[in-house]
Amino acid sequence: MESLIEKIKSGYLWDFPGGVHPPERKELSNYQTISHLALPEKLYVTVKQHIGQAAHLLVKVGDKVKAGQALSQVQGPMELPVHAPSSGEVVEIKSHPIAHASGLETETIVIQTDGLDNWIDKQPVANYLELSKVEIVDKLKAAGIAGLGGAAFPTYVKHNNSQPVDVLIINGVECEPYITADDRLMQEYAAEIICGIEIFTHLLKPKMVVIAIENNKPAAIAAMEQACEGKTQFIVRAIPTKYPAGGEKQLIQVITGKEVPSGGIPSDIGVVTQNVGTAYAAYKAIVHGEPLIERVVTVTGEQVSQPGNYWIKLGTPVEFILAQTGYQAAKPEHLIMGGPMMGFNIPNKQVPVSKITNCILAPSNQELPLPEDEQNCIRCGYCVDACPANLLPQQLYWHTKAKEHDKAQEYKLADCIECGACAYVCPSEIPLVQYYRIAKAEIKAERIEHEKAEKAKERFNARNERLEKEKQARLDKHKQAAEARKAAMEKDQGAKDKVAEALARVQAKKQQAASGDNSKADNSKSDTKSAAQAAIERAKARKAAQEAEKAQATNAEQTASAEQAEAPPAAENDAKAKAKAAIERAKARKAAKAAEKAQTADTEQTASAEQSEAAIPAENDAKAKAKAAIERAKARKAAQAAEKAQATDTEQTASAEQAEAVPAAENDAKAKAKAAIERAKARKAAQAAEKLAQESTEQTETSSQPANEQSDKDARIKAAIAKAKAKRKQLGEDQ
Amino acid sequence: MSILIYALIAIGVLAVIFGALLGYAQIRFKVESDPLVEQIDEVLPQTQCGQCGYPGCRPYAEAIANGDDINKCPPGGDATIKKLADMMGVEVKPLVGSEDNTQQEPIKKVAYIREDECIGCTKCIQACPVDAIVGAAKHMHTVIIDECTGCDLCVEPCPVDCIDMLPIETKPETWRWQMNSIPVKNL
Repeated sequence: MESLIEKIKSGYLWDFPGGVHPPERKELSNYQTISHLALPEKLYVTVKQHIGQAAHLLVKVGDKVKAGQALSQVQGPMELPVHAPSSGEVVEIKSHPIAHASGLETETIVIQTDGLDNWIDKQPVANYLELSKVEIVDKLKAAGIAGLGGAAFPTYVKHNNSQPVDVLIINGVECEPYITADDRLMQEYAAEIICGIEIFTHLLKPKMVVIAIENNKPAAIAAMEQACEGKTQFIVRAIPTKYPAGGEKQLIQVITGKEVPSGGIPSDIGVVTQNVGTAYAAYKAIVHGEPLIERVVTVTGEQVSQPGNYWIKLGTPVEFILAQTGYQAAKPEHLIMGGPMMGFNIPNKQVPVSKITNCILAPSNQELPLPEDEQNCIRCGYCVDACPANLLPQQLYWHTKAKEHDKAQEYKLADCIECGACAYVCPSEIPLVQYYRIAKAEIKAERIEHEKAEKAKERFNARNERLEKEKQARLDKHKQAAEARKAAMEKDQGAKDKVAEALARVQAKKQQAASGDNSKADNSKSDTKSAAQAAIERAKARKAAQEAEKAQATNAEQTASAEQAEAPPAAENDAKAKAKAAIERAKARKAAKAAEKAQTADTEQTASAEQSEAAIPAENDAKAKAKAAIERAKARKAAQAAEKAQATDTEQTASAEQAEAVPAAENDAKAKAKAAIERAKARKAAQAAEKLAQESTEQTETSSQPANEQSDKDARIKAAIAKAKAKRKQLGEDQ
Repeated sequence: MSILIYALIAIGVLAVIFGALLGYAQIRFKVESDPLVEQIDEVLPQTQCGQCGYPGCRPYAEAIANGDDINKCPPGGDATIKKLADMMGVEVKPLVGSEDNTQQEPIKKVAYIREDECIGCTKCIQACPVDAIVGAAKHMHTVIIDECTGCDLCVEPCPVDCIDMLPIETKPETWRWQMNSIPVKNL
């Protein structure tokens, strides 16, 4: 290890395989000093701007916030807070497009700025060397510092690692075309960056620090060398310009000659890398007590008249930035966030700047023409030569295109850094990286799905086990109870006697009933005769049923006619039975209708209940409720009766038989009375249903009256019950 | 003659030795259950929805191992059928009930309870095969979205029809890339 550090110190540089030399086009933006833009009226602060999980919100709509105030709080691992970029008021918390290739919307805090830019009370630390490592890491976490190179990896996580660090590499390479944000930052804020790096060295205690800068930035190299003067531990190293030398793994390879193992992280080989922008943000957070609320963004491309680097508050919409820098839309409009190699198209100009945004690129169509049609792979092998990760892009292409994910994984798809070098050199214009990204996303989705399936299986098995156990427990309990009963019985002879008595009673009752039947049979002279009569009766009942069906169309008169039919004193038994059957059927039908009506009334009522929020006066409501309840109960009963009546035709006939068999005038009168009562009930039910329907409309009309929570709840419960019943009825009908 | 006897004895002794060895091996290296069933079960999506006509994924896996059709799993879709076809060495068949129209990737859904309409009847809790619904009698129920397999089994028993099957929202983390690249050209 010592020899390695000696070798690095001696100025030796390694190389990584592959790489490309795309046109740099940095001169567009690297001559102007970093300036500030006006404050936008509204800032859209995305709650999650880093790799990991979103932190928990601390503010609500209407809160006044000051610049630097935390808007969210860390409660778990891999979380980072966001802060108010300026003072103002939280006017909305909603879904808003985010700085992501998908253009999807996530939770965003909208702050209406007041233009004052009042800061919270900053808590600067004069001498951070007095603070413990944990305190500094906590401060970095609370300040929301994330890697500003483009991935926004939470910085505090890198410093929580307990593995010893040999080399700290400060990444000022900025290899992607167009982008000059780090270049300008190093030229103008070299001393501050060095101070930030010293905070990192205080935390990590590395054996040496290498500040790596591509040799196409002589001004930045000079500035950093000047700032490092007298610090023997710090080495500023100019590295050859080659894309993607700024990739973490490639840079480590260039500086130390070591490769980060597949699936591993740099600290596995004793290396930590930090971006220069991150070092500056850490300096601001610790020494000035200012959380990460703004960053340098390169605004460039031929479509903006004032390209350059700007301090931009996180949450500033891209549209506002472009308006400030003299943007003229190309046709078709083409905007890129990040560089042309690894950036993504901005689908919506309302997208705000986030911690990952290092560049907004507005190229003309001559600069970056839209992609041409993809041709077939000709197996030229250029992509293999260009790949900085030593992969076989053409093989990956075949397998990802064919969706053979397992084979793509065999070719180490996961080690692809998505730098785009292969797509850049491809003569067939195949968007190789897009294929890899799709495949990676699909593999990830598959993995998540598989994990979920495993969990579901586990839960399913656990549930089955539980059900089995419960069943066993129930059986055991029953067994025990039965045994206990048996034991008790054996002990107590009295109980046995009681059972015997009860049995005897039942027997006696049965005998009595049998004798009653016999007497009936006697009344109808003989069994055969009664059987014949029963048959006739049944036929008549059926006829009556047909009549009743006919009468269904005119159901109002039908009741009347049924009454009439019954009104003349029945001289003959069969006539009576017929009438009764008809009435019963009519009743059943009416009841069914009433039930239907009740159903519609209920739906109306649900609507009215929701609308009015029980704006009904309490008395009225109570009345309506009571009525509705009664009505519904009746309707249900009636519906059941109707079913029964229809289903058990024979039973009915039997009852008709019975009615006939009993010649007593009292019985006749009783039956009539009963029928009358039932009729009355059915009518009442129908009326109630009507009334309810009326009332519900009235309720809707009177919805302007004051609300009553209790009745609202009741109404909802009622609505739910009614719905349940309606559904049950419907199911019954379906069957 | 004696040679014949020796030969018979030798063969007999060998037979006894090997018999004992095989018998021991059978006990010592006993396979608990058909490993094929395990493998098939691994491929199935574990929604436990019963749409295949079997009470859960494992019973269907057993049925496939015993020669049932591989195209009865709607939640798994084409991908699952393809994997099963590979595993079983049979032809890929279109999903049952979709022979005519073109096969589409099944949309993943999960159940949501409209909570203010829930009457707390616990029927959906009893129906859920993975215990992903929490609640108690006469209290509101809700679905643990992360555990829901989207099997649909809770929708039917609900007496007030307050359960919706909604497609899972795409988040930036679960978004799948689309083909749109940024070209870089020498001017």
